[in-house]
Amino acid sequence: MSVRMERNSNSEHKGIFISVLFMLFISLGLMLCANSTQAAEDKEELLMATTTSTDNTGLLDYLMPAFTAQTGIDIRWTATGTGKALKLGENCDVDVLLVHAPQAEIDFVKKGFGKDRRQIMYNDFVLIGPPGDPASIQGKKVRQAMKALRSSNSIFVSRGDNSGTNKKEKTLWQLAGVPIPEKETWYRQSGQGMLATINVAAELNGYTLADRGTYIKYESVAAGKPVLFILVEGDDVLLNQYSIITINPKHCTNVKYDMAQTLSAWMANNEAQKLIEEFKLLGKQLFTPNADQE
Amino acid sequence: MDFIQEGFIQAIKLLVNRDPSTYSAISATLRSSTLAMAASLLLGIPMGYILGYFDFRLKKHIRIIVNTLLSLPTVFIGLVIYALLTRNGPFGEAGLLFTIPGIAIGQTILSLPIVIALTATAVEGADRNLRITLMSLGANRKQIAASTLWEVRLGILAAAVTATGRVLTEVGISLMIGGNIKWHTRTITTAIALETSKGEFGMGIALGLVLLLIALTINVSLVGLRRRI
Repeated sequence: MSVRMERNSNSEHKGIFISVLFMLFISLGLMLCANSTQAAEDKEELLMATTTSTDNTGLLDYLMPAFTAQTGIDIRWTATGTGKALKLGENCDVDVLLVHAPQAEIDFVKKGFGKDRRQIMYNDFVLIGPPGDPASIQGKKVRQAMKALRSSNSIFVSRGDNSGTNKKEKTLWQLAGVPIPEKETWYRQSGQGMLATINVAAELNGYTLADRGTYIKYESVAAGKPVLFILVEGDDVLLNQYSIITINPKHCTNVKYDMAQTLSAWMANNEAQKLIEEFKLLGKQLFTPNADQE
Repeated sequence: MDFIQEGFIQAIKLLVNRDPSTYSAISATLRSSTLAMAASLLLGIPMGYILGYFDFRLKKHIRIIVNTLLSLPTVFIGLVIYALLTRNGPFGEAGLLFTIPGIAIGQTILSLPIVIALTATAVEGADRNLRITLMSLGANRKQIAASTLWEVRLGILAAAVTATGRVLTEVGISLMIGGNIKWHTRTITTAIALETSKGEFGMGIALGLVLLLIALTINVSLVGLRRRI
């Protein structure tokens, strides 16, 4: 102790310690300044909330650079379930939404949170499950398939996050005339995004409802060795419509409504629609464009 | 199991090929955690010092509160900060949601109790005889306080290292406040969460190794600093 006492009475060391600390803070301060000026110089930016399927599949990474190149608008997006995306819009945290829950979207616009809603593209939902198909739903109509799932006690993994897919799944249980499961031991709510939920279902050897785009992405990640297969598809109720909604500037004065409009119009134009059509994984098309041409 | 091996190879590839999205995530991680650590050290060291050095009423109570805050869950911090930063919230005008400084605010709240608690413990643990010895040598109160601070410098360094580790590795705040926006607020940890949920385990492992490498670099340079002082 006494030895160190002598050392620390040496003010030279103290000086070094303090100046190192001082330099640390100065450099941090400089970083901060550099940071904020950089932010100020940023291009115009537009913030979008979107569903996990458009992001997980890579569609936005593929599509948005073309939008930025043509309009100079720097677009950023946060991928979450449609339920939370709508909430972010309602709270004025984003400028525009790309989501897929038509009924909830119409209500959103009715309540005055959203201004214009434009259909952009669709794909379809598919029921996927393990190869043995223990609930024998393969080839059934979707209503019968849901009933069979309900009575078979095979594991079904639900998004459970109020996303567009989750809303659709609840509708399907209702259409089949069975109560929506909640605490049943075979019913597992993952609370995660679409691709994550497919992976949970694969681990549990269970069934789940997925949009075709994300399923193809899953096939491509699994590199030709997918654990789950499409068992039920091609019913009208399985249509999955994606729409873009601008946030109402009357509800949120801070939103960049003009830029949001630009994006909405761009997504519907011929070129973007063609890009969507050409977006493929494993040679399969993920989304079918269907915007109304103006 | 293949993906662990694959992850190692991929980690090296990402770093060597200067993969832009990886470097963007590294940059986001470093910027938010540097801001957070600067703020929490600036605020936390003086607070912890006062808490450990002086005797005052309610000292024990404050100590209990600080220690409790060590258990703050990151998702809860994320939620509270979201409520404050959302456009309709009290600080909505600042436009900090989905930005790096927004993440840094949350991380500061995460690391502040660590810095305060560990600094206070270091100060309390400083040799009691030190004060008496200094007094007998005729030091005034200012000199005693300064010497105590000097004496506990390694304790403070340990507090900084611990808090840095916590800030670098948290996911909840970055995800909720940052929104995991590619090229902007996607940090290494939120990128790992995303890659894992996509089933791209190799990529997740690679990013985890990159984060560990950063931690190693920081700690090696701190060892250097420790030798000098």
